[in-house]
Amino acid sequence: MAVKGRERPSGWYLVPALTFFGVFAVLPMVLVVYLSFTDWDGFGFPSLSGGGNWSRLLQDSEVWRSLKLTLVFMVLGWVVQTPIALMIGVWAAGRQRNRAVLSSIFFLPVLLSTAAIALLWNSVFDPNFGLTNEIPLLRDINFLGDSSIVVYAVAWVLTWQYVPFHTLLYQSAARGIPVSIYEAATIDGAGRYKQFFRITLPLLRYTVITSTVLMLVGSVTTFDTILILTGGGPGTATRIAPLYMYVTGFSGYEFGYASAIAVILVLLGAVLSLAVTRLTGFRAMTSQQEGL
Amino acid sequence: MSPRRLTRVAMTATTLVLAGSLVACGSSGPSGGSGGGGTAQVWALQDTTLNPIEQASIDRFNDSSDAGEAELQTFGNDPYKQRLRTAINSANAPDVFFNWGGGNLKEYVDAGKIEDLTPMLDENPELRDAFLPSVLAGAEIDGKQYGLPMRGVQPVLLFNNKEVLASAGITESPATWDELLDDVAKLEAQGITPIALAGSQSWTELMWAEYLLDRVGGPEVFQNIRDGKNGGWEQPEVLQAMTMLKDLIDAGAFGDDFASVGYDVGGASTILAQGQAGFHLMGSWEFTNQLGQSPDFVTAGNLGYGPFPAVAGGKGDPSNLVGNVSNFYSVTKDSENKDAALEYVRTALTDESYVSDLVAAGDVMPITGVRDQLAAGDNADYTTTIYDQVADAQNFQLSWDQDLQSEVSTKMLTELQNFFLGEQTPEGFVSALAG
Repeated sequence: MAVKGRERPSGWYLVPALTFFGVFAVLPMVLVVYLSFTDWDGFGFPSLSGGGNWSRLLQDSEVWRSLKLTLVFMVLGWVVQTPIALMIGVWAAGRQRNRAVLSSIFFLPVLLSTAAIALLWNSVFDPNFGLTNEIPLLRDINFLGDSSIVVYAVAWVLTWQYVPFHTLLYQSAARGIPVSIYEAATIDGAGRYKQFFRITLPLLRYTVITSTVLMLVGSVTTFDTILILTGGGPGTATRIAPLYMYVTGFSGYEFGYASAIAVILVLLGAVLSLAVTRLTGFRAMTSQQEGL
Repeated sequence: MSPRRLTRVAMTATTLVLAGSLVACGSSGPSGGSGGGGTAQVWALQDTTLNPIEQASIDRFNDSSDAGEAELQTFGNDPYKQRLRTAINSANAPDVFFNWGGGNLKEYVDAGKIEDLTPMLDENPELRDAFLPSVLAGAEIDGKQYGLPMRGVQPVLLFNNKEVLASAGITESPATWDELLDDVAKLEAQGITPIALAGSQSWTELMWAEYLLDRVGGPEVFQNIRDGKNGGWEQPEVLQAMTMLKDLIDAGAFGDDFASVGYDVGGASTILAQGQAGFHLMGSWEFTNQLGQSPDFVTAGNLGYGPFPAVAGGKGDPSNLVGNVSNFYSVTKDSENKDAALEYVRTALTDESYVSDLVAAGDVMPITGVRDQLAAGDNADYTTTIYDQVADAQNFQLSWDQDLQSEVSTKMLTELQNFFLGEQTPEGFVSALAG
């Protein structure tokens, strides 16, 4: 509730944010939509091609395959990463010294650049000179060269890369839960597991949603790790939609068609984040700690 | 907004949207623009060996010439191609730029971006005569010359590990395809991967297809594909060559792991050097690469090399080569410093110091009469072999991925990788590319 008499900030305060958003988000999007109706190889001017790119898109099985693969990574990522991040996060929220030390080690991947992570795992998985080649049972598996295994190998690397960030979200959120609630629960005789499922989890609800939105939208744009780790290969086994867009645009120089794929990705990302916030009631955010 | 300006805005915006979030592939290009000021911008690839030589050449030019000044800017390989493509439309376009010749250069020529160097060569016939004709042809498009060779030739050779071959009872590099198949069987019997292949990078697989198609059908078959004549990919020789390649793959010639092997440190070259494979089909730069990565292997005399084997009954001459013919310098048509750019290209590439610097670095410059210099230099056996191969070749085909239109080439590389993985048949390969 706004306090009476306090002046709200002038509308001009919006200008920097709006300008930034307009120039770097809205304008490029409008132009990409325009480009998706043109043929353009990077030379001269884009020439209008009507719905050519779009009818090609509908018939291009590679687009749908790559979108399906994007969804596979999205679901796989969410299912694997959320429980791990949640558990480590809640655990790391404890104030014990060993937890502080260990969790700062867990958070290390956040500090590494994507290129470093991808190159690191690329060497670990190397079939001739990699770490996995020294381990008896793993030796026979060609993690990045076998089309049926590579998806899981990549999902593993993405998990390794992104779990620490989400852990950080859960840690800080879990630390924000008042100790008095737990004390009351203990007095009422609630055990550890009951406390986790009845207190911690419900109070982390909005954090779960935030983390989920970040994961879902993030996986629409995940690109750099896979580009460096597998280059989309072997063959097209890990060529997700953003990678297909990149190859079409910057190797094939079909900017028009690449823009059509880009539009699909923008729509997918927007629909996903809208759907999640709607379905979870995130928009009607209310305080969870009224009265405390 | 003028159409030209709109293009520029659209270009920037596309780059932002398509590449903006793709941070990893970004390169920190040179700061500031070029534009006027009378200094010609010379764009080349980053290369620790070549860049000092190129810089020295430009310094000499700046000291001696009164046509203007030049300045070297270098870029990484993949960012370079993208940057060139976007810059060529803009005020930041280079005046002289490095390229691979062939169909790739043709796209720029067709867009009207490249200066025709033919008049310059007509005025200076000694310049034309200075280069090996088969190499000069690499930047000749529709009878006009659009670039001049600026570094060594890079044909693809069949390298081998002599020690490994000897252990399997093989004494010579195979002269025919059947001999190669025999050698593959012998190496397999020893439990050695017969041929090292950096299969995570499909251009290494392409070399096999390029040579086989040449040996089976002669260079005309690919030229027809490139020019869209005579049925293109559906010519019977393509299917024949791909079927032979399929047999080689199915025979286990490349081992089980190739799909995730790369051509960087620890990749296919290391596998060959450490004796885990017998052969490796690679560009002539493999020699320098091995010299840097596994010097003991080379100095012990264990790195062998030979031409790609002949195919019995095939139409292609066994002297034919494929690979990077050379790299070329071309001049942009809209250059604001064209005098300096043309003068640089005219005088610098045949300059004695430039050529001898390159020869000393192991580059085989396609310049007539450079053979004596090569014979007197380091690794003379290797460099003179390369020179003779290029000088004697009936045809020197540029790598397909450089000679085809980008969109076709991108598709071909994808299909080829699927082919090597066994997910695509020879017939499927043909119909996917023909369709």
